[in-house]
Amino acid sequence: MSDLQSPTTGKNGAGTATAGKASEEAPTEATAGADEPTATRRRSLLPQSTLLRHLLVLLIAAVGAVVLLEITDPFTNSQLATLTYYAIAAGGLTVLTGMNGQISLGHGALMAVGAYTTALFLSADEPLPLPLILLAAIVVATAVGALVGVAAARLHGPYLAGATLALAVGLPGLAIYFHDVLGGEQGMRVRAPRAPEVFESFISAVSGNSATNTKWLAYLGAICLLITYFLLANLIRSRIGRTWRAVRDQEVAAELAGINLGAWRVLAFVVSAAAAGLAGGVLALVVRLAAPSGFTLVLSLALLTAIVIGGLGSLLGALLGSALLVFLPPFVTDLGAGWGLDNTEAAQLAPFVYGVVLIVAMIFAPAGVVGTLRMRWLTRQAKRSAAQPSRG
Amino acid sequence: MQYFVNVTLTGLTEGMVYSAFALALVLIWRSTRIVNFAQGSMAAATTFIALALIQAGQSYWVALVVALLSGLVLGAIVERVVIRPVEGGPELNAVIVTLGLFVAIQAAIAIVFGSAFQSFPTPFGLEGFQVGDNRIALTPNSVWVIAAVLVTMALLVVLFRFTRIGLAMRASAFGQEVARLLGVRVGRMLTLGWALAAVVGSLAGLLIAGGEFVYPAYMDSLIVFGFVAAVLGGLDSPIGAIVGGLILGLALSYVSGYVERGSALVNVAALVILMIVLLVRPGGLFASSTARRA
Repeated sequence: MSDLQSPTTGKNGAGTATAGKASEEAPTEATAGADEPTATRRRSLLPQSTLLRHLLVLLIAAVGAVVLLEITDPFTNSQLATLTYYAIAAGGLTVLTGMNGQISLGHGALMAVGAYTTALFLSADEPLPLPLILLAAIVVATAVGALVGVAAARLHGPYLAGATLALAVGLPGLAIYFHDVLGGEQGMRVRAPRAPEVFESFISAVSGNSATNTKWLAYLGAICLLITYFLLANLIRSRIGRTWRAVRDQEVAAELAGINLGAWRVLAFVVSAAAAGLAGGVLALVVRLAAPSGFTLVLSLALLTAIVIGGLGSLLGALLGSALLVFLPPFVTDLGAGWGLDNTEAAQLAPFVYGVVLIVAMIFAPAGVVGTLRMRWLTRQAKRSAAQPSRG
Repeated sequence: MQYFVNVTLTGLTEGMVYSAFALALVLIWRSTRIVNFAQGSMAAATTFIALALIQAGQSYWVALVVALLSGLVLGAIVERVVIRPVEGGPELNAVIVTLGLFVAIQAAIAIVFGSAFQSFPTPFGLEGFQVGDNRIALTPNSVWVIAAVLVTMALLVVLFRFTRIGLAMRASAFGQEVARLLGVRVGRMLTLGWALAAVVGSLAGLLIAGGEFVYPAYMDSLIVFGFVAAVLGGLDSPIGAIVGGLILGLALSYVSGYVERGSALVNVAALVILMIVLLVRPGGLFASSTARRA
């Protein structure tokens, strides 16, 4: 048996190791769009302090989001709202899987927890203010995540995948069991609160577009997304993020350095579950429905696809992957209709593509899009800097 | 009392199918250290092939044989084409590849055969046997299910214990390097192992489908049950998988039989059982080692 196990002990094998390298600089990548040829010059333009740098990125991203939401039509607005909740959940998942090496197929179920919490709070006669409700969604999902995380901390790889798979398949059953409160198969309708006055005056000041409810929800999602990513990016660059990477890459060394492996794994799961809970809350508001059919296994696997194709551990990768989840299905469905498939058949093309993408990405580019590009870039840098001293 | 007997009989029949499915997972885990999450989709694919044949007028038995053979081919192809490149790599990569297969095959079934619910026939009746005045929950079909699983298990035992190929397969699962040095074609043995596991999985899929409705995702719960059963037995032990399957079958049957509206809770119960096992005895009920760290 020991012979067989030896290959699998290489947790820090090619795939995860490159993912780790990729994640190292994730936040700066978002600003690296300014075409700076070398790393040294790029540094000088940005603030030295990580917090300031992230605040700068946050500001730029916020302006970018407003511009994007104002120049696009209402349909794209609603697509972008969908993108926000996918991206929030994928961001949490990429921290868990990429940073800490734990896989979770249960994030769809954790989103369901957030969504049902939001729906329950909003169905009250005098609902609480929206931020408080979303906070409640986060808290409840975090509690469930902590419970799962305690069990998950002792597991790894296939065991963890199987346990979270059972979560994804099992948890929606509770909604059917408690159908008096949670609405059974039909689910709960969500009354999305109306946009505040401030928002309407803001929109009319910025672009003069009409401040529809769709637009308000897209903005709400974008605000949640930006806050989440800002917090996660800081977390990744902090002592906590470094400890997570240590736990992922070198269990024994980390333990010798006095790191309590289990506690840090639980923490990663908790953080990740909080993001999933918020994502579920936003989903409930955008879709205006919390129903078991919205949280199938395919949702969890779609999130996994997003972070794998974007590059494990990279927030930018998670964002790109989520964009793929939103914009790919209409595209392939049209394609399928063009091939003469009927609607229900064409709708299945998207999950088919997710599956194929997962397989192909894992075989040929385990570091994902962002990771692979960054590796190319770093290799070229290393070659160039190796060539320079010999010339000089 | 009669109700209890009936619930127990139902649990044992279902448990047999879970055992077969868990056995398929264990076969693959032993040889390649991969949990094949695509097992359910692969079994669903062969079930739909069988259904297409039956709807085209073939007999159940022809369909059964063709389905099992296509399972064999599918298992071999999957191992050679997509699993081989990630074998021995980081374990997360292999998990993600099998999950990708899981979604892709399920979607492919929906595209080819449609996602509607279709009823799957049984070769034998679904009317319970008469014992005295009572009709018990043991049907001719459940006898067929139990017999089919038992015969399959007996064949596997014969294969692994008494044939040269079985010995070679055990050797390559136990120590790849040594087996290779002794002239065992390890690659072929791994392919064969996956192919055999796919056959066992397909059989489980066909048996659970009998008398029920099938749709592309109908195996989603079964993959969870199979995994829970396999973990109950420790993932490494074929006997453990069989016992685990029976225990799980009984437990779930009691939940759905004795808890009000319990059928909605079956998946949750499986989750709870899995969590308890993983927390209390992570190595399974029959494990000699206590921790799994590699």
